[in-house]
Amino acid sequence: MKGLPPVLITAIVLVAGFALCAVQFPNIASTRVVGNLLTDNAFLGIVAAGMTFVIISGGIDLSVGSVIGFTTVFVALAIERWGVPPLVAFVAILALSAAFGAAMGAVIHVFDLPPFIVTLAGMFLARGASFLLSTESVPITAPVYSTVSDFALRMPGGGRLTSIAIIMLAIVIGGALLLHLTRFGANVYALGGSRTTASLMGVAVGKMTIKIYMLSSLLAGIAGIVFSFYTSAGYSLSAVGVELDSIAAVVIGGTLLTGGQGSVIGTFLGVLIQGMIQTYINFDGTLSSWWTKIATGVLLFAFIALQQGLVALARRPVRKSAGATT
Amino acid sequence: MIALLPRRGLAQILALIVILAVDRVVSPQFFDLRLQDGRLFGSLIDVLNRGTPVALLSLGMVLVIATRGIDLSVGAVMAICGAIAASLADSHGLPVVLAAALGAGLVCGLWNGFLVAVLGMQPIVATLILMVAGRGIAQLITEGRIVTFSSPDLVWLGNGSVLGLPVPVVIALGMLILTGAVVRGSALGLLIEATGGNARASELAGVGTRAMILAVYVWCGVCAALAGVIAAADIMGADANNAGLWLELDAILAVVIGGTSLFGGRFSLVLAVLGALIIQTMNTGILLSGYPPEFNLLVKAVVVLAVLLLQSPKFSGLAGIAARLRRTKA
Repeated sequence: MKGLPPVLITAIVLVAGFALCAVQFPNIASTRVVGNLLTDNAFLGIVAAGMTFVIISGGIDLSVGSVIGFTTVFVALAIERWGVPPLVAFVAILALSAAFGAAMGAVIHVFDLPPFIVTLAGMFLARGASFLLSTESVPITAPVYSTVSDFALRMPGGGRLTSIAIIMLAIVIGGALLLHLTRFGANVYALGGSRTTASLMGVAVGKMTIKIYMLSSLLAGIAGIVFSFYTSAGYSLSAVGVELDSIAAVVIGGTLLTGGQGSVIGTFLGVLIQGMIQTYINFDGTLSSWWTKIATGVLLFAFIALQQGLVALARRPVRKSAGATT
Repeated sequence: MIALLPRRGLAQILALIVILAVDRVVSPQFFDLRLQDGRLFGSLIDVLNRGTPVALLSLGMVLVIATRGIDLSVGAVMAICGAIAASLADSHGLPVVLAAALGAGLVCGLWNGFLVAVLGMQPIVATLILMVAGRGIAQLITEGRIVTFSSPDLVWLGNGSVLGLPVPVVIALGMLILTGAVVRGSALGLLIEATGGNARASELAGVGTRAMILAVYVWCGVCAALAGVIAAADIMGADANNAGLWLELDAILAVVIGGTSLFGGRFSLVLAVLGALIIQTMNTGILLSGYPPEFNLLVKAVVVLAVLLLQSPKFSGLAGIAARLRRTKA
């Protein structure tokens, strides 16, 4: 029972949920709706892919939402106010976010601090920095933006696979390959299984920690650029709470929060499930948006309880551990 | 009561004095107090009053963290209980309103405690569920609107005064004394610390670790409920979207500033409340200095990092860091 069952359950939930939605609203089962679903959740999918790596390695990254917010403001100001060519601005912000993640990883490793609190400080820092840049929404009018936003592959049935959805799909596939087929990916699993064992077996724990948080922040930076394409604006309050959505997606996707097990594909399915709930609520029209939060909470609980059950089954012969040991 | 007094709180007290001094420099009237209509007014009273919700949250949070847990849901619980109090305020008396709101907080705490103590979930994950769903539940209660009320009893709870002090401050002080008397006046505090220090060993030594964990989450829920009622009473309304938003982070920060280790095993109630006051004194100082309030987040980030580094067992001078960096590179 390695890895696969939770992902299968996620897939079954997604298919069953989609079927239920389609029975009630036949229009949902069209490439048009699916295309929109991918576009609307593109930035979430990218961030959640990075979060998967962090969580499998036994950590957590609370700063991603703020990094997205900072990125949108930085990109908007760089292009509109400082006259920087968009591509240069993208490269600069990606380098900046990667360095930010590397710094958090270094602090976590060197000072042996809980990732939770270090990335919390990172969250304050990035959000505060974006407020300092600008507290207003800055519209982006650069021609590149309209070109990229208008580009889309036509799918059969009238759906549009937009450029940002394509970027997301590429990152999900790339992330899955990186996690499952490379030494880096194997090391991520090793770290999550047991830090000490990984270190004894020759994994450079410090370097890996830095790289993992670097990857997460880098993907958050890309998600920020995608978000700025999506909204054609930079706003310091954008993507508040996205860290929670992405953690929820990772958990629903069957990744073990204690680390050591999980997959990027599962996370992608988790993102789709959240998007599907949102789509259903939009179609229904009478349900209010807060039902999304409640439904996500219920799903979170169901999946975590399922994980606890699986873990308890796997450890059956061992005496049950008491309470809040992490 | 001797046990209530901080033995290792010198750094926190010094920090508070330094921040107060800085506030005095940016705003010369900072220490002015005046008595008007039987109530004290002034920046210092304002700091105490505004700091009340976080101080209450930190009272519950510090016990949870002492068991090596964490409660991310307190902000959402504040929103739920504030919403309940606001919707009942104009149709029921104060005792009913308080009982309903605190009862809801107790149920929320029981839920968190059940997930952590009985199902054995990681605290971050277990409380994340209520953090996500709780705001939805609060919006369900208020039906997405901002519920306002005019019940004088509940308004008094947020804006009245007792012996010249604002009621919220008196409530927070009362809760501090009550919590202190219960956990430090008995062996309870010791058992909580034992649970956080090593749950397995404590269990084997006969400590009811599950009951301890359940109890601290319930207390945390009740404290959050009280904070939520006060926050709602303060603005005479319940805003499910913004009530208590991000306050869980401030509460954790207050506990960390108060020197309680995130790895559990020891705690100080007084220092946690002091931590909440330090945060609020910084916030007020930034407001008074005329800098945009956005600076708050940056300052907080720097403070968290500084406190963490000082707490870190690995932080023993620059030589230690250099040696470790060399080892990392090798």
